[in-house]
Amino acid sequence: MTMTTKKLSVQDIIFTLEQYWAKQGCMLMQAYDTEKGAGTMSPYTFLRAIGPEPWSAAYVEPSRRPADGRYGQNPNRLYQHHQFQVIMKPSPDNIQDLYLGSLKELGIDPLEHDIRFVEDNWENPSMGCAGVGWEIWLDGMEVTQFTYFQVVGELQMHPVASEVTYGLERLAEYIQNVDSVYDLEWADGVLYGDIFKEPEYEHSKYSFEESNQEMLLKFFNDYEAEAKRLIKLGLVHPAYDYVLKCSHTFNLLDARGAVSVTERAGYLHRIRIMAKTIAKAFVEERRKRGFPLIHDEKLRQKTLDEYTKRAEKAKQRAAKQAAKKAKQAQKGDK
Amino acid sequence: MTNSYLLEVGVEEMPAHVVTPSIKQLHQRVADYLKEERISFDSIKEFATPRRMALLISGLGDKQPDIDESVKGPAKKIAQDQDGNWTKAAIGFTRGQGATVDDIEFKEVKGVEYVFVEKHIAGKSVAEVLQGLPGVITAMNFPTLMRWGYNNLQFIRPIRWLVSLLNDQVVPFKILDVEAGRTTRGHRFLGHDVELKQATDYEDALQADFVIADQAKRKQVITDQIDAIVKKNDWVINKDADLLEEVNNLVEWPTAFAGSFDPKYLALPDPVLITSMKDNQRFFYLRDHDGKLLPHFIAVRNGNSDYLDNVIKGNERVLVPRLEDAKFFYDEDQKITIDEYVERLKRVSFHDKISSMYDKMQRVAVIAQLLGNHLGLSDEELADLDRAAHIYKFDLTTQMVGEFAELQGIMGEIYAKLFGEKDDVAAAIREHYMPISAEGALPETKIGAVLAIADKLDSIISFFAVGMIPSGSNDPYALRRQAFGIVRIINARNWHLPLMGIQPELAAAFKQAGIELPYALDENKGQVRAFFLDRLKQLFSGEKLRHDITDAVTDTKADDIANVIEAAQAIDAHKDDADFKETIEALTRVLRIAKKGKLDKEITVDPTLFVNPSEKKLYDAVAAVQAAAADRTVAENFAALRSLAPVISEYFDENMIMDKDEKVRRNRLAQLTILARLAALVGNLDDLIVK
Repeated sequence: MTMTTKKLSVQDIIFTLEQYWAKQGCMLMQAYDTEKGAGTMSPYTFLRAIGPEPWSAAYVEPSRRPADGRYGQNPNRLYQHHQFQVIMKPSPDNIQDLYLGSLKELGIDPLEHDIRFVEDNWENPSMGCAGVGWEIWLDGMEVTQFTYFQVVGELQMHPVASEVTYGLERLAEYIQNVDSVYDLEWADGVLYGDIFKEPEYEHSKYSFEESNQEMLLKFFNDYEAEAKRLIKLGLVHPAYDYVLKCSHTFNLLDARGAVSVTERAGYLHRIRIMAKTIAKAFVEERRKRGFPLIHDEKLRQKTLDEYTKRAEKAKQRAAKQAAKKAKQAQKGDK
Repeated sequence: MTNSYLLEVGVEEMPAHVVTPSIKQLHQRVADYLKEERISFDSIKEFATPRRMALLISGLGDKQPDIDESVKGPAKKIAQDQDGNWTKAAIGFTRGQGATVDDIEFKEVKGVEYVFVEKHIAGKSVAEVLQGLPGVITAMNFPTLMRWGYNNLQFIRPIRWLVSLLNDQVVPFKILDVEAGRTTRGHRFLGHDVELKQATDYEDALQADFVIADQAKRKQVITDQIDAIVKKNDWVINKDADLLEEVNNLVEWPTAFAGSFDPKYLALPDPVLITSMKDNQRFFYLRDHDGKLLPHFIAVRNGNSDYLDNVIKGNERVLVPRLEDAKFFYDEDQKITIDEYVERLKRVSFHDKISSMYDKMQRVAVIAQLLGNHLGLSDEELADLDRAAHIYKFDLTTQMVGEFAELQGIMGEIYAKLFGEKDDVAAAIREHYMPISAEGALPETKIGAVLAIADKLDSIISFFAVGMIPSGSNDPYALRRQAFGIVRIINARNWHLPLMGIQPELAAAFKQAGIELPYALDENKGQVRAFFLDRLKQLFSGEKLRHDITDAVTDTKADDIANVIEAAQAIDAHKDDADFKETIEALTRVLRIAKKGKLDKEITVDPTLFVNPSEKKLYDAVAAVQAAAADRTVAENFAALRSLAPVISEYFDENMIMDKDEKVRRNRLAQLTILARLAALVGNLDDLIVK
């Protein structure tokens, strides 16, 4: 690739990464339309990372973190930043090289920089997720989070997915050699600040000062109730949407300082319980569809048999327990 | 012939802190395996980088030694029937040994003839043995484990290549679907795949491909490069050994370089600058000859010096937002007052089940005064201690500590001084966290030491009172470390405080101060005592004190930790004395007989009931020891008891304790019981082993 002296705009960077990862076999998905704190929480990662089916996808995810808002004043902290998310399951043997290839596409030649893989294990307790990996340093700056998922929704991963999350603003600041995110060029002649400074201010003002706490508290409870109801109905995706809404609502309450330390653990626990149930239910729904994304027919059949056996056993166990409970309840009545 | 064997496990980048322990572990496991397999070798050399663990084994034997052995089978009368035909037992035995009945010989064992087979087991070749290494490698333990792809193997990071080269031949094996061969990999960016002709080519071949595989050599290169930069600029550096070790394990081909930042950030306190550089970026910080921090740093790149300007510029840029943030926090934090920060602690939880941080400080202030009075602090010291105890957690609510949690206490001291607190009050704020680890430094100031004890004691008593008592590996609030910290401070300062039974005294003090506790203080009293005694055992074990002495002195009802330590020292100092055995035997005899007497409460000895002169002698001697006991140290009391030994022996020689006359009997038991109680001041001497 020949580099002109013109620096890549943010949209050039996105476009380059999309093309690159599409060539590596990733499907280009679009940002998911529910508020969320990270690209990992998109169903294209959280749900699709679970279960035995292969899945490779790439997408930009606007990620909202109300507590990180700085009224558009801080050059590096944002209410909403953008992640470029790549998820590949099973993790390819050459995933590190694939990642380094993407930097080359962006004009970052490893021989002209110092690129390191520095240990950084990742955890999202509220979603029951944990993984092992690195933050990637580009001349000392962390530009990417690289994770081999080990547990998602409290389920052990098999196969294991690898996730690569680029912090787009950071990367672009480096490429464009600017010190403030607001000076980034998003497209020809239009700066990041032109687009986002106002919403950053307003969202910060809203999150820290103006949000209606009572309403948010009520929303949280309603969303939770709805998610639980939908889980019972086997409507995994709508249920998950409501979990995302719970999570964002909690983040808003947290930013407002409306959540005490004690309550915090309680809220996170409630979200985790739902995420865990949905993770399980998602695998079950995919099983019922026969795991169609496993294209090797023999492997598909074998996997399906295994999961079906397991599901039946779980069902029997559940039935037994229910019977036992009923019996006990009867005894109690007498 | 002696052979060389190269094993290399190539992985995706390991965490820096794992590299050194891992190569040591692999070395140990491989050495153990070869020993177990009876393959001799001269030496094993370790190589390790973030991407590889390698061992070069020299002087390796060709094969396992053959084994010739006679294997004993059934007795002759079972092996042959009356007609001399071989029985099933005999045939089965020989088959089991890979032989036939033709190989059978008879030998006598204790007068009975048995079947024997001479067996020759040819030793396996070294190559064959080396093929077992995958089992050795995959058995390794790591602090964090992961799986990848479709595999179930748990390892530190994905294994990407394996080299297994015996002299110039590949010893083939596989881990998952990675086949061992002769191809290693050079530096990730500067190097290539490298085919090795000979195992012994390893180090040089990698050197030519931009990997210094020998950890010590690599570290030396870094040290030399740093020294050169420092010398050239006339700087002074603290070559932090831990940081050097970490940096060494983040690179395969190091190039050190210097960078700078805007001198305006030097207005920040040193610890803030150092944390930003060292902990966040793995930079070495620099000072001038007067000890003042300089606006420069040294970092180490994983690569050569090409395009070094890019790397320097990038690293300099990363530091700016961090320092900018810190400067912002530093300026903002000074705009409010300590009182306001303290007020905010009402909303900071110490623990849900216990109280806020603010309430904790109120309790600690009471405890600190109580301890200060016990220690006889001056009025001024008590006042300073009281001030420190009422504010010592305030920095937790500053923005700086919110961002750099590791600066808690350190920022407290800095801000306290800026806000006009006295130096020793400020120092106590930093020191109350000490010791931070089992071996960590102790508080240097008296007030800091009292506050450190008070803070830790409150945590221990509070968590115990709400039933959150450490068990097994479950100690989330590090109460063991805190209790051990108290023991270490007391040991260092020889402070006599009734800590192990202080609850009633504390309860009264809290009541007087009008503090309502969220729990009942007296519960778990025994458990708190046992908890401290366990930490004392830990201390003694670290000092290699004899186990029976530890047992004796920790079998005590004493409240004073320093007394237990003193008792241990006193016994330890005399354990090799010529009369030690005799003394302890005399005293333990007293203990055992007194125990049988089962006398309790107030007891007195009636001199009018004495029959023999030795009774009066002991009576006077014990009375003297008893009268002085309260004002004496444990060591002095122990010395006094030891001096009684001849009198006690004489007493036993002349008097029958279990006399027929009940009054005399009782009187003598009372005498021994009084003596036993005095002995208990030292510990339970009955636990001592004297041979």
